[in-house]
Amino acid sequence: MIALLSRDLALAIRAGGGFGLSLAFFLIFTTMVPFGVGPETGVLAVIAPGILWLGALLACLLSLDRIFQLDWEDGTLDLIATSPVPLEGLAAIKALAHWITTGLPLVLAAPVLGVLLNLPASGHGWLMASLALGTPALSAIGTFGAALTVGIKRGGLLLSLLVLPLYMPTLIFAALCVTRGAAGQEALTPLLLVGGITLGCLAVLPFAAAAALRVNLR
Amino acid sequence: MTLRVVDLACARGPAQILAGVTFAVAPGQALILRGPNGAGKTTLLRTLAGLTPPLAGRIEADPDAIAYAAHADGLKAQLSVRENLVFWAGVFGTRDITAAVAAFHLGPLLDRRAGEMSAGQKRRLSLARLLVTGRPIWCLDEPTVSLDAENVARFASAVTAHLGRGGAAIIATHIDLGLPTAQTLDITPFVAKRIRADDPFAEAVA
Repeated sequence: MIALLSRDLALAIRAGGGFGLSLAFFLIFTTMVPFGVGPETGVLAVIAPGILWLGALLACLLSLDRIFQLDWEDGTLDLIATSPVPLEGLAAIKALAHWITTGLPLVLAAPVLGVLLNLPASGHGWLMASLALGTPALSAIGTFGAALTVGIKRGGLLLSLLVLPLYMPTLIFAALCVTRGAAGQEALTPLLLVGGITLGCLAVLPFAAAAALRVNLR
Repeated sequence: MTLRVVDLACARGPAQILAGVTFAVAPGQALILRGPNGAGKTTLLRTLAGLTPPLAGRIEADPDAIAYAAHADGLKAQLSVRENLVFWAGVFGTRDITAAVAAFHLGPLLDRRAGEMSAGQKRRLSLARLLVTGRPIWCLDEPTVSLDAENVARFASAVTAHLGRGGAAIIATHIDLGLPTAQTLDITPFVAKRIRADDPFAEAVA
């Protein structure tokens, strides 16, 4: 399992691995928002929580189709399926590797982008907390979607259609948490709900992903 | 341990391919699968490896005893030969890659990236993976594709050494590997192509 994780991380930082792509997308997406809606700080402060979370969702989505597709194309997935590593473990490790290469950089970069969108100072802590608690759910749901669509040529679009609706609960409560935090209101309840969604996803989805992989490998 | 297959029926997707396959391979034995293209050699090997559940019949062997090698090499182009082997050693919980490197003469290539190697060199690396799995029963699907004569001989001696250690091998191939003790099984009599009656997806696509 550790061999799998370190291989996935090594592949991500090698040429063509896509490490940093999601982060760069997040940066560009967020910096483009003021160009689109105008530079009035009042407007930006209101929409900042939603925009930052939408940016994070889309950035996560970008790299999902690589999770299993590359291993499937070169035959590695078949070989891992016959190895002592259970597919549930494989799915969990893949989600973890995706989170480390995609979610974690977003968490760390978010405060800088919050400043760019004039997010009130009181919202920054909640933004980081909601991203730290919410992005693992995005990776877990995305891994499940990737397992469902593995083996479909250019399944990336289908994957987005499958996964985006499942991201909705996380988006609703996480953006609400940041909005309330920025307005100085009590924001712990939505944050706890985000955490609950994440824990539920982490507990269930590796098994669902493994089942989907088994069907697709037949 | 002996791999025993009794009255096995195999399917690929919605189609049943083989039925009534029965054979046994004892430790130290090799079985060569023969049959024309599309007969079902790959399907049989995938079923033995546990990737496809059998439609009927039994496979009497510990699934954790079988090492599978497919058409695809399963290598990461961005990783070096050493990194690829160390990865598989980690996955299978073994540590030592020196025997695998020696058997397929990969020493001079250890630090070369897999993506920069020729098809035959990739094949050798892919076969070396079998040795790091440490598993006794090898299921090999056309293992000698893109190998030159010298490396086919190297492969044959690796298989012979594996048999000598009490391992077993089931090899689908079209060429003569020069394994004098190997039995041959022609799978043509077992071919039973038909659409599965119990196909779970038949209803959805009808």
